[in-house]
Amino acid sequence: MSVTTIAPPANPVERFLRTDRMPHIWCPGCGIGTTVNCFTRALIDAKIDLDHLAIVSGIGCSGRVAGYVRLDSFHTTHGRAIPFATGLKLANPKLQVVVYSGDGDLAAIGGNHLIHAARRNVDLKVICVNNLIYAMTGGQTAPTTPGQVVTSTNPYGTFDTSFNLPHLVEAAGAVYVARWTTYHVRQLSRAIAEIFQKPGFSFIEIISPCPTLYQRRNKMGDGLDTMKYYKEKSKVKNGAPTSEVGLDKQGEIIVGKFVDRARPDYRELMVNQMHESLGSRFIDPVAAECEEGEPQGCEEGLCS
Amino acid sequence: MNADPRGVLSGTHFLDGDHACCEGALAAGARFSAGYPITPSTEIVERFSSRIPTVGGTFIQMEDELAASIAIQGAVWGGAKAFTVTSGPGFSLMMEHIGYAVMTETPCVFIDVQRGGPSTGLPTLPAQSDMMQARWGSHGDYSLIALSPNSPQECFDLTITAFNLSERYRTPVMLMMDEVVGHMTEKVVIPEADKIEVEPRRHTKKSPAEFLPYEPAEDGVPEMVHAGEGFRFHVTGLTHDERGYPSMTPQTQDKLVRRLRSKIDGANRQIGLYEAEGLDDAEVVVVSYGITSRVAQRAIELARVRGIRVGKLRLITVWPFPEQLIRTLAKRVTAFVVPELNLGQVVLEIERSAGSHAHTISVPHAGGNVHRPEQILDAILEAAK
Repeated sequence: MSVTTIAPPANPVERFLRTDRMPHIWCPGCGIGTTVNCFTRALIDAKIDLDHLAIVSGIGCSGRVAGYVRLDSFHTTHGRAIPFATGLKLANPKLQVVVYSGDGDLAAIGGNHLIHAARRNVDLKVICVNNLIYAMTGGQTAPTTPGQVVTSTNPYGTFDTSFNLPHLVEAAGAVYVARWTTYHVRQLSRAIAEIFQKPGFSFIEIISPCPTLYQRRNKMGDGLDTMKYYKEKSKVKNGAPTSEVGLDKQGEIIVGKFVDRARPDYRELMVNQMHESLGSRFIDPVAAECEEGEPQGCEEGLCS
Repeated sequence: MNADPRGVLSGTHFLDGDHACCEGALAAGARFSAGYPITPSTEIVERFSSRIPTVGGTFIQMEDELAASIAIQGAVWGGAKAFTVTSGPGFSLMMEHIGYAVMTETPCVFIDVQRGGPSTGLPTLPAQSDMMQARWGSHGDYSLIALSPNSPQECFDLTITAFNLSERYRTPVMLMMDEVVGHMTEKVVIPEADKIEVEPRRHTKKSPAEFLPYEPAEDGVPEMVHAGEGFRFHVTGLTHDERGYPSMTPQTQDKLVRRLRSKIDGANRQIGLYEAEGLDDAEVVVVSYGITSRVAQRAIELARVRGIRVGKLRLITVWPFPEQLIRTLAKRVTAFVVPELNLGQVVLEIERSAGSHAHTISVPHAGGNVHRPEQILDAILEAAK
């Protein structure tokens, strides 16, 4: 008897993944995998040259993304993905540099770097998976945890004020600020594709469940219940004032593209200033590379 | 290979150690620096920020030392040679990323112009009290390289050496200056570019299909690639295998950490630089480094006038420690005299290496100025009794 084997159709995102590292560490119902799926679809849609794309993560569950994607990928220290990415981008401006990390990493221990990179408008694509908690270390309070939430370090409920991240990064100077949840997969993919076309500091906050440590401990159900919550309570308000998009425990989640503005990025400002002050004495580092026979950035006209 | 002439300010100059150090970095090929202002080191990056736009490179002032010490490593993986500069309190903040550079084998240079501590201590006054911190300050088990210049000329020369060793061994290298060396002005001769040897990056010639990011060569050092070259490699501060993938097993940990240590410790002979004088018939040897060696020189001369056979050993490479050298000397001398601008740090290594073969006499100083030669002379006289 002959046996016919039918190869399963290849998943289009598979080529972006280090499948030799599977299974991953994320829990059932976790939203991080969904965000990676959206990210890889955005890479397809935006036709990103994968050889000139680097991804930098910090520490935490979301910090593990860099380890699972088949790209030039850096898993750095806790909170320091942004300054690492800043050095990488400035030393090699031809790279598209994505920072992919969590809320604790980017907004607590890395909070200073977050606001300064936004202020400088370094050309970085920051994707912040916000599960409202420190997940990898066991569910401690994060600066994003809303009030009245039980965590392992606030067993009687949180009471200190949480960060409204879109408001924070807009105030600091980001040129693009959006928020979606892991329910909004199409909008999220589109947003990620969009920031690849946007020079400067872009920030996408993705509200994502941690069924193991946030929802379960607060009797908010599992991953599916959280999807239902996101579906029912999310309200799309593009252009909403970021001062009005703060989160609470079970209330409305304002999603959408809040900020989309243009201002020169750090490198452009630097090059312009040096040209103005030094004239022809200024040597653009990218042009200097080209002279050494490494034609980096030539096709983008960075050497002109 | 020879230095890129664009970065080399050939000629005879009158420079302080900080400025000479900056010229050394430029000559070595550093084209990226990230820094945070701190006395008494800031002049190094001030000069770099002034010089680099006409050489072709980048300086960025970061929000703190944590950021500066990791931004340089991003730049290295982007293809640049990079360094940062700091002093005591900033050096403390950089410890996390010295560990990251060790673990990810990122070649880079950290310059610490030492001042008095602990904490804010003596911002404008010298010390050599970060020597053990340079060796052991980041958590975990590792070895690295630390050099100690005693003049502006050496600030220039050893900054180049620091970059070359960092590339050769893919390790962070500490240049342990001090406030006096940083701020003293002397003649500094900068050679022509074709007289300056510069170590290139150990870039692989393998194809992406053959290349394993952490497969060590015979000397224990892996080859390197940069982002944007099509290798799709992964770098992590987690314990990793030869693919660069996290692997949290005692076996992987053992193999990796032992290699990280042995690639440095095993090359002690090639890395070890020192200056010796009158060791052959010495009964007492003064072991010193950095600015203290110049005070020690005077004390040695005064002792010789009194007929004492004193040898001089100036450590230029402090880490890895020249254990074998001290052990050999200990068998034929009576005592070591060890002046340092701290209350006894490197002397502990000398004591350990000398064992029971020779006495070790510490000449401590809490910092703030340098020793008086008489303090060292008294110790020599006591040692020779």
